[in-house]
Amino acid sequence: MTEPLATARTIAAKDLAVERRSRVVANQVLPFAGLVMVMFAFALDDDAIASRVAGGLVWLAALLALLVTVQRSFAVDAADGALEAIRAAGADMRGVFLGKVAALAVQLLVLEAVLVAAAIVLYRVSVRDPLLLVAVLVAATAGLAAVGCIYGGVVAGAGGRETLLPLLLMPVAAPVLIGATRATESAFASGGATPAEGWPWVGLLAAFAAVFLVAGAMSFAALVEE
Amino acid sequence: MADVVPGADLTPTRPRGVATRATRAIGALAAVLFAWVLVGGLWFTPAEKQQGESVRIMYVHVPSAWVAYLAFVVTAVASACYLLGRRRSLGFDRVAGASAEVGVLFMALALVTGSLWGHPTWGTFWVWDPRLTTTAFLFVTYVGYLAVRGTGATPEQRARRSAVLALLAVLEIPLVHFSVVLWRSLHQQASVLSPDGDVKMDGSMLTTLFVGVVAFTSLFAWLVVHRQRVQAMGDALAIRELDDAIAVRGVAG
Amino acid sequence: MSDVRAEAIELRDAVVLYGAHPALTGASVRIGRGEIVLVEGANGSGKSTLLRACAGLKPLVRGEGRVLGFDLRHERAEVRRRTALLAHRDGLWADLTALENVQVWARLAGAAPDEAAAALGRMGIAGPLASRRVGSMSAGQKRRCALACVVVRRAEVWLLDEPHSALDAQGRDDLDALLVAARAAGATVVVASHDTERVAAFADRRIVLSGGRVA
Repeated sequence: MTEPLATARTIAAKDLAVERRSRVVANQVLPFAGLVMVMFAFALDDDAIASRVAGGLVWLAALLALLVTVQRSFAVDAADGALEAIRAAGADMRGVFLGKVAALAVQLLVLEAVLVAAAIVLYRVSVRDPLLLVAVLVAATAGLAAVGCIYGGVVAGAGGRETLLPLLLMPVAAPVLIGATRATESAFASGGATPAEGWPWVGLLAAFAAVFLVAGAMSFAALVEE
Repeated sequence: MADVVPGADLTPTRPRGVATRATRAIGALAAVLFAWVLVGGLWFTPAEKQQGESVRIMYVHVPSAWVAYLAFVVTAVASACYLLGRRRSLGFDRVAGASAEVGVLFMALALVTGSLWGHPTWGTFWVWDPRLTTTAFLFVTYVGYLAVRGTGATPEQRARRSAVLALLAVLEIPLVHFSVVLWRSLHQQASVLSPDGDVKMDGSMLTTLFVGVVAFTSLFAWLVVHRQRVQAMGDALAIRELDDAIAVRGVAG
Repeated sequence: MSDVRAEAIELRDAVVLYGAHPALTGASVRIGRGEIVLVEGANGSGKSTLLRACAGLKPLVRGEGRVLGFDLRHERAEVRRRTALLAHRDGLWADLTALENVQVWARLAGAAPDEAAAALGRMGIAGPLASRRVGSMSAGQKRRCALACVVVRRAEVWLLDEPHSALDAQGRDDLDALLVAARAAGATVVVASHDTERVAAFADRRIVLSGGRVA
């Protein structure tokens, strides 16, 4: 069964090539996410509180960026009827799903790395456990990219009703927000959290990612079909 | 006399309802039991020692929460039956949708009565108790489910897409619940006193609560059966409209 | 390969919706293998929906349909792998080059990488033009790219919706030659077109649609 994987590679390479040329995520979503981090600092108006809740702010900003990036990922295919052409070509939809997830995950990882850097600069936190932080970033990103593509597919299948996306995506992403925030606080050792407390959360995030990667691959065709 | 318009059938018809003898019986049962809960809950049960009169909200709150989760299970099971069934029967889809609609109503009722009870009892409308949080997420997820149900072009598309969504919710809700439980336990905050566990109940209170659960469950069944029959009529009407549209196109060329 | 005894396309009383509107109202069509068939009819007569249904994109709400012997209700994946649809919209990614666009479809179809350049060359897009962003191309050049995406799929059935639109005179002639060559190679070609005289010159027969069925 190499066909789904070959399809996934083609779709992922295509999505990343589109981003490399258009730089929409780099030039529009990334500054937006950074701006959100600055706005949080204005809203909180207190250095001690900001550094205490830095982990949560990183992941809230990542969730907002996820919404925009998912919309972009599906708008690219909807613009000239390419998603329909992919269906018409009989492409393996499990592969299409995994390819879009992979491309989305790469873009999210870059965004999140910048958000963590912004937290270090703006909120005065420091990374105490880099290994834990990397594990959190990878596990949380896989889960977010998976649910992002599932509900992006729902919206694409519903004729591009984009206002539905936040309503559908945010509740499902809540476990990732909770888990990634706690684990990131552990990696920052902010608010008295210790790195050892972070690893159970990484387990939860990995389980979440595994569940929705499998569920998404199985259900994507049913969601985007007419 | 003007020419008779072709197709205008003048035969009188009687208005057709969706009630049957069985649903009338369920409806009557629900009405009687609700009267019982009302009288029993307000007059024949005592106030509680610590909570005072506010304990009476329990007779509405606990049955609503029960029905809300029952509706979630019914929607999930009906969705699975739709997807697994050989014939992909739309009947399962209509039950799933009706149960979700009624479930959203009772979930809202459970959340509102819960915080009305929480304010005098805990001193706050809301606490981050896993049960409450999960119920709130279930509510939002169902609102999204119903929004997607309204978007399908054909009944088959609506059924397939919403069945998959309902099963995704089955994956989501335990993960939400588990993550909230883990979140609260790692922070070493004592769990709030559970909404019904700490209530010292005498016989009349238990009986009234039990009658309340049966009353709400029969109301749920009554609403779901009626709603899915109305939906069936809507689907049948869509088929007739399609017939008409095909006939009209055939004439117009 | 599919069952060689089956007709290329066989629809019986097919009803297909466009939104809630019945675009096909009971169309019955038989198209043999290796034919070039012109589908004509007024705007809204159901030409595009007929092609989309045959491509396995639009579900049949009533009636029966088989493409290359595969059932349009239950074997849509098989149908899609053996048909290629050129829709109204080109289905191209504006930020990618012409060559990159065609390569995506070549990879999805499991074709060799150099077939993409060959397909583009066949449609008159070669050299520096092939490595230009599709977003900066003219409508006619985009249509050529979209046709190259069809060519590279090496489909048994070609379903083309207004393929001549936006093409210049040279492009139209190239396209006609391409379709004749595809027939010679054994493909079945269904062309929906307003440009009826041009296609009728080399088509084996024509199907006229009216009100969502064959007139």
